Amino acid sequence: MAHYKYEPFDYVTPPEVAGGETRQYQVAIIGAGPIGLAAAIDLALHDVPTVVVDDNNVVSVGSRAICWSKRTLEIFDRLGVGERMLEKGVTWKVGRLFHRDHEVYNFDLLPEDGHKMPAFINLQQYYVEQYLVERAREFPDLIDLRFKNKVIAQDLADDGVTLQIETPDGPYSLRADYVIACDGAGSPTRHRMGLRFDGHTFHEQFLIADVDMPESPFKTEHPERWFWFDPPFHNGQSALLHKQPDNIYRIDLQLGPDADAEEEKKEVNVLPRIRAMVGDKPFTLDWVSVYKFTCARLERFVHGRMIFAGDSAHVVSPFGARGGNGGIQDTDNLCWKLAMIIKGDASDALLETYDQERRHGSDENLLNSSRATNFMTPKSQMEAIFRNETLILAETMPFARKLVNSGRLSEPCSLTGHDLQTPAEPDPAGLDPGMSCPDAPVLNQGKESWLLDHLGGRFVLLTIGDVALPDSPVEIDHLSVTTRGSDAGTLEDHRQFVADRYGDVTAYLIRPDQHIAARFEGAVSAAALNEALKRARGQQS
Amino acid sequence: MTNGSTMHLDDRLGADGDDFYHHLMEAHEGLSLEQSQNLNARLVLIMANQIGDIDILKSVLTAAVEAGR
Repeated sequence: MAHYKYEPFDYVTPPEVAGGETRQYQVAIIGAGPIGLAAAIDLALHDVPTVVVDDNNVVSVGSRAICWSKRTLEIFDRLGVGERMLEKGVTWKVGRLFHRDHEVYNFDLLPEDGHKMPAFINLQQYYVEQYLVERAREFPDLIDLRFKNKVIAQDLADDGVTLQIETPDGPYSLRADYVIACDGAGSPTRHRMGLRFDGHTFHEQFLIADVDMPESPFKTEHPERWFWFDPPFHNGQSALLHKQPDNIYRIDLQLGPDADAEEEKKEVNVLPRIRAMVGDKPFTLDWVSVYKFTCARLERFVHGRMIFAGDSAHVVSPFGARGGNGGIQDTDNLCWKLAMIIKGDASDALLETYDQERRHGSDENLLNSSRATNFMTPKSQMEAIFRNETLILAETMPFARKLVNSGRLSEPCSLTGHDLQTPAEPDPAGLDPGMSCPDAPVLNQGKESWLLDHLGGRFVLLTIGDVALPDSPVEIDHLSVTTRGSDAGTLEDHRQFVADRYGDVTAYLIRPDQHIAARFEGAVSAAALNEALKRARGQQS
Repeated sequence: MTNGSTMHLDDRLGADGDDFYHHLMEAHEGLSLEQSQNLNARLVLIMANQIGDIDILKSVLTAAVEAGR
């Protein structure tokens, strides 16, 4: 049986409790989930030390977040766990949508050629956390992981935060210049601070189950995503089936607003529902939960020196895989800014742009996930009629398939129009400032490589083709991509993907989070580059 | 749009599809079933005038009837 083995992490008596000196930390992170761990690793890559405290000592129980998008995988790749996730994860492409007893249509995520990462992989949250913990431990001098350290109070001052922490050996206090609260949807930090978490709670209940099933329920050997509206095995409700590694299947069943959660969770009630879905294939239950969800967010993600990221800042319904993926984009956006501030290269004002840019990303996720939820749970007879007729039209009319909403899968968030980006005229042949950089295959001194492997972590001037360079030196890394390049510092666009995606004879200023800060056509002057760089670092008033 | 009877079955709303659906549901919010049916009738008539092409309207009518069979 391939059940995941939960190995508890060691608790070590913190130096403060063991009688050591109490030192001041630059950054403390509350919560060792995917978001907190990603933040610690990202900051370590910027040479910023962190202390990570978590009240627990084991990875996520149950699969929870399972669907990781291409953008997230690219970020995880920058952090050093992307390839491991890709290797273990299940890559699915085909989705099938059923209405009642028949298939309405199917779609192929058709991975566009020339990307290192696929559109999506499915991988249980416990694996992701395990990989991140192991990666974090590769930075013993920079990341101090403290399990069974429970934060019970915080005291915010202008120049830092003091946390009161309980451990099995007694309490201690810890002072940090900045604290990132990644303590999840129920964030105790958010509650203690009494912050409003405005949004909408849906009354609909869902049963979520992980099922261990050696034999595939799909008709082909490739894993798929199956979604049903009103299936014969579950009248009037919706159902979802997804494959995870180790022959674990994720099953989501809508239960309606009046279901008795405690009753529904009982194995005796769960088993027949799953049997009705997968037939007589042998299976065992791995994890079951009944949930309701809320779409909500904090009004602000930054409260002085306390910064919220991930579910503590915003929660969405699971349809569209926007929870975990949204949270990883938070830390991707935050960490380089925080590192610059800590090194004295930027002021706290740069944190405001994290707040601005990620509230925008969060709103996009909230809008999409609310709409998917509304489509799945019609509130009136007329809403049900519209949905039903949309599904009927979808069988023969392609336009109606676009209206069927079983979750709009997470796409990279564009930061176009926000303060750090230098505005540019939209260019159909190029990319607009704010967009995240698309990947492309390149040759690095004759060896196969990927463009994104050479971007990120610092500001880069990326030039494609023969772009006239600044007349006087500007302090920034320069990466040149040409169709013939093979010198050090020059990548070869051997398959023309870079020119196709970025335009030829174009230059870009790329942020440390692989988003485009500015675009230059044909030539880059020192003045224009300096101006854009200043702006992207938040140094422009 | 072409003259004559080209009816579009492919998607023309793109990313705005979800937005349209949302506004359509919003327009029906709080209405009784009868009020909603009346709203739908008004919508059909207004949209027909927007289409403004009898050949297209006839094929749209046929397509809608047939999809429901």
